[in-house]
Amino acid sequence: MSEARAANPTPPTPAFPDDAEASLQSVGAAARFVLRGETPAARLAGEALGVAAPGRINRAEAAGLRAMLRLGPDEWLLVADGEAPAGLAGSLAQALDGTPHSLVDVSARQVGFVLDGRLAARLISAGCPLDLRDGAFPVGAATRTIFLKAEIVLWRRAAQTWRLEVWRSFAPYLIGHLAEARRGAADL
Amino acid sequence: MSEPFRIATGGDVKAGAPLTFMFDGVSYAGRAGDTLASALLAHGVHLVGRSYKYHRPRGVLSAGAEEPNALVGVDGGAGRFTPNLRATQVELHDGLVATSQNRWPSLAFDLGAVNSLGARFFSAGFYYKTFMGPRAAGLRAWKNVFEPIVRQAAGLGAAPTAPDPDRYAQFYTHCDALIVGAGAAGLAAALAAGRAGADVILCDEQARFGGSLLQERTATIDDAPASAWLEAALAALAAMPNVRMVARTQAFGHHAQNLVGLCERVGDRDSAASEGVRERLWQVRARDVVLATGAIERPLVFPGNDRPGVMLAEAARAYLARWGVAVGRRVLVATTHDSAYRVALDLRAAGVGVAGVVDLRDAPTGELVEAARGAGIRVLAGRAIKSTSGRLRIREARIGPVASTEAAQEERIACDALLMCGGWTPSVHLHAQSRGKLVWAPAIGAFVPGQAAAHVRSAGACNGAFGLAAALREGDAAGAAVAGGSARAYATAHDPPQTGARDIAPARSAAAKDKAFLDFQNDVAVEDVELAVREGMRSIEHVKRYTTTGMATDQGKTSNLNALEVAARALGKAVPEVGLTTYRSPYTPVTFGALAGASRGDLFDPVRRTPIDPWAQAQGAAFEDVGLWKRAHYFPRAGESMAQAVARECRQTRASVGLFDASTLGKIEVVGPDAAAFLEKMYTNPFAGLAPGRCRYALMLNEAGFVIDDGVVARLAPDRFHVTTTTGGAARVLHHMEDYLQTEFPQMKVWLTSTSEQWAVIAVQGPRARDVITPLVEEIDLSREATPHMSVREGRVCGFAARVMRVSFTGELGFEINVPSEHGRAVWEAVWAEGASREAVAYGTEAMHVMRAEKGYVIVGQDTDGTVTPDDLGLGWAIGKNKRDFVGKRSLARPDIVAAGRKQFVGLLTEDPAFVAEEGAQIVDARGGAGGAALGHVTSAYFSPALGRSIALALVANGRNRIGETLHIPIMGRTIAARVVAPTFHDPQGALLDV
Repeated sequence: MSEARAANPTPPTPAFPDDAEASLQSVGAAARFVLRGETPAARLAGEALGVAAPGRINRAEAAGLRAMLRLGPDEWLLVADGEAPAGLAGSLAQALDGTPHSLVDVSARQVGFVLDGRLAARLISAGCPLDLRDGAFPVGAATRTIFLKAEIVLWRRAAQTWRLEVWRSFAPYLIGHLAEARRGAADL
Repeated sequence: MSEPFRIATGGDVKAGAPLTFMFDGVSYAGRAGDTLASALLAHGVHLVGRSYKYHRPRGVLSAGAEEPNALVGVDGGAGRFTPNLRATQVELHDGLVATSQNRWPSLAFDLGAVNSLGARFFSAGFYYKTFMGPRAAGLRAWKNVFEPIVRQAAGLGAAPTAPDPDRYAQFYTHCDALIVGAGAAGLAAALAAGRAGADVILCDEQARFGGSLLQERTATIDDAPASAWLEAALAALAAMPNVRMVARTQAFGHHAQNLVGLCERVGDRDSAASEGVRERLWQVRARDVVLATGAIERPLVFPGNDRPGVMLAEAARAYLARWGVAVGRRVLVATTHDSAYRVALDLRAAGVGVAGVVDLRDAPTGELVEAARGAGIRVLAGRAIKSTSGRLRIREARIGPVASTEAAQEERIACDALLMCGGWTPSVHLHAQSRGKLVWAPAIGAFVPGQAAAHVRSAGACNGAFGLAAALREGDAAGAAVAGGSARAYATAHDPPQTGARDIAPARSAAAKDKAFLDFQNDVAVEDVELAVREGMRSIEHVKRYTTTGMATDQGKTSNLNALEVAARALGKAVPEVGLTTYRSPYTPVTFGALAGASRGDLFDPVRRTPIDPWAQAQGAAFEDVGLWKRAHYFPRAGESMAQAVARECRQTRASVGLFDASTLGKIEVVGPDAAAFLEKMYTNPFAGLAPGRCRYALMLNEAGFVIDDGVVARLAPDRFHVTTTTGGAARVLHHMEDYLQTEFPQMKVWLTSTSEQWAVIAVQGPRARDVITPLVEEIDLSREATPHMSVREGRVCGFAARVMRVSFTGELGFEINVPSEHGRAVWEAVWAEGASREAVAYGTEAMHVMRAEKGYVIVGQDTDGTVTPDDLGLGWAIGKNKRDFVGKRSLARPDIVAAGRKQFVGLLTEDPAFVAEEGAQIVDARGGAGGAALGHVTSAYFSPALGRSIALALVANGRNRIGETLHIPIMGRTIAARVVAPTFHDPQGALLDV
């Protein structure tokens, strides 16, 4: 038995009509952990991750392909794109040893996408009622929210670049609606 | 084809290449920029529909969204039929096919018009009186005779039957200032707010911005003609990147916290460029809303005021200026307001014959009145229209003194159009929906906005401030205020002041035959409202429901105030004392397509599929819906029925081994120093003594002590538990736990994380389960001793990190392999390959149900109904007797919970072993039949392959004491006898589990 057996990191999803105005990419395999606990736990995890733990709720901090998103008063989502969870789990557990916390591997629970382009925010607003204008949702903001009947994590990486995380079985629904929204925004 | 009523200037629509369209099967030519109404009027076609109750011929009344008469069906080809569109809003395009409604066999000759002869039959309260009618007529006669006739006669258009092929989009959006209406007030507001840097959305329901400026030919703004100012204003707004302008967009409803619904008719503009998007629904969350929705002209109320050719005065001005259409050749005007004089003057200036202005006021004065007299227009002051005549179009009006009832005093004036103006009603709909107050303004005889809700303002005519100067001033002030900008002044000229009178009630002429209509769409006349008052209706809310006035699709935009005044007069009260009906959303009808958006078909609900789903599909599985999940129900082989497939899956699992996709199980990882203590609160069972590596079946109760979920709690480490829930209960159980954790036990150091989709779960069940998986498992000793029943081990399966639980929902030796979802399919296929030589079978949810029933394992939600306690289920052993507390514990001591005779979970064996009872069937005592006492019901029933006969599970009063008794199941006209047994049919000692 070897780890080399082919994995299928994202479920089959409807096609998204990529163009210059909006394109959708899967982020592929990533290690993800939900960290629950108090601020010291986040600080320790951030140090182990090499990312400054975001102090404010609904903010994300990133360093390279690793990031910490503060989704609630005692909740952080840790993401390391392209990494396997096993190695990271060890170093995080070591750093957090002795500090009350919960660290749970959710690498396979959800899948990630990057939606990019002038229309990206418009397409997200097809299902998400949040105010996504610069003043209300600046670059670096991140939150758990809804997209119609699905729950998503939304993270603004750059002015026109958005990271979406969604539980894997909801991905076809999310992508299907984004693709429909792209057609519904054809003239916008 | 010539357009005989198109005047030489052509208004704002240019001659260009003509468009061809069909109306009721007749082909006409129109122009780009026309509405269906303007194009028909250009051909002199006024007759466009039949009325709802009396099937009276009706013509175009207005030029806008308030139109009550000109409702048409537009057929855009396969699936694209839309009924009840207002011809005044339907934009003409080449090849448009429209039909009139509510007529049979044809518009000009309608058999339903005999309803007019039986008008007494359709009096106010007709429906109430008919439904409450004499019993002698009988319900049967109503159902079979009257109702079909009424339904056939009283219809509005036909609902389309084919699926709608168009696309509908929905977007949320936000702005600092939403400005509704792009007339003078809205434009001034947008300019002020836009200049101050606010993020502005300006919407208007028409294809073109400008509102009444589009038909303004005399007034000037800042020394420029109104049209030039409009052009400059639109150019200035277009140059502001912070201003979004959306035309053809109806703001149809105001909801809490300034959420305003807008419906944009995208397809009307250019369907080719919009990917077939027909409409777009915008849900706008605005910091501030400026309402600049204008005012709607009121009809006059006189007998025969519904004849085709009788129109609102300003509509005629709009048709003339915007579409170059004269609504007649000899036009009579009737008014109580100065604004109609402007219409008469514009018509005269365009060369249209004006037969005179009938003014109900005794001595009308003012700049416009004098201008009309000066232009040689005859003014008949103190006179009213007493009646009209003409079959499908007005031919003549009879004019008499306002207070006179004598036909002898009446003058007859021939005309082919009669324009009426009863003053103006501010469009306060959105203001009222925003919970703004309304106050009665006697000077204009209308309700105007009073105290507004926070962050909603009204400006211009919708605020009761009529005239160009007022519109610009109020709009500018509102726009500046919401954006923190400064106001400016607009200089207007050639915009004479306009006043009117409202308290004039002309007497009905003795010679008048027709009704005087209030609500054109619902055919409600003055006499109906008067009858309602005579029959005891006092509030306008009662009058409305009794007469149906204002209850048509136009919601009484043109009629409500007139009806209110008639009711007030009949009651001898002032209008505000009679009350006001509610302004409901939507302002104009919104299509179901726009409301549904893309949420239809496969995108209506999320369709959740497990990682193993593609394999099951490839195997030809039949699926069933479990919540949002698709689960493999059974795996039929060629020629197999469902029963055969399920029986095979059960037999083979018990004989060798079966594979089951249990990925949909809810999973919660409970972690923290207080994890065990918290779970002891949430479940009935004790967990403090559960050793790491062991599992426990757990019951969850609500406060009332009733079972709401069950699952397996696996202890991975002293501070880490892997908890499973039912598939349907996953989200609910997590919320239930979070609720208690946050509100009751906030001091506990424990955290909950959903891992439902982290793990794919492959259940391997059957005597050969261990043989099948052993070759794939590393780091775990699966022997009976090392991994006993109800234990959990972490290791590797197929090389992937895995949690392997030894649990069973079949009563056989069983393992559940949890691997990260992305590897679920690969591991499943590896297990399947190992199973090939050991007669493995894949089984679905049905076989799972059968096998668990053979063991008497409960399914929460099927064998329980929210009123069942652990003891009722025979699961009292799952309660930690020494625990001080858990959710539901106190309730388990309630008198009704400990009383004898509660329904208890038992098995049933029917006397006829082939008979499978219906789930939900009632169970009665030994007397049987309908006379028997009801004792309970069947909760699960299957044919059991293991027993070779039917089995059932049931909740039966005092059931455990009845074991051995014969009870009865009355069903389908007969009674089935069944023996009560313990609810474990297969391997009651559990010997097969411990191998």
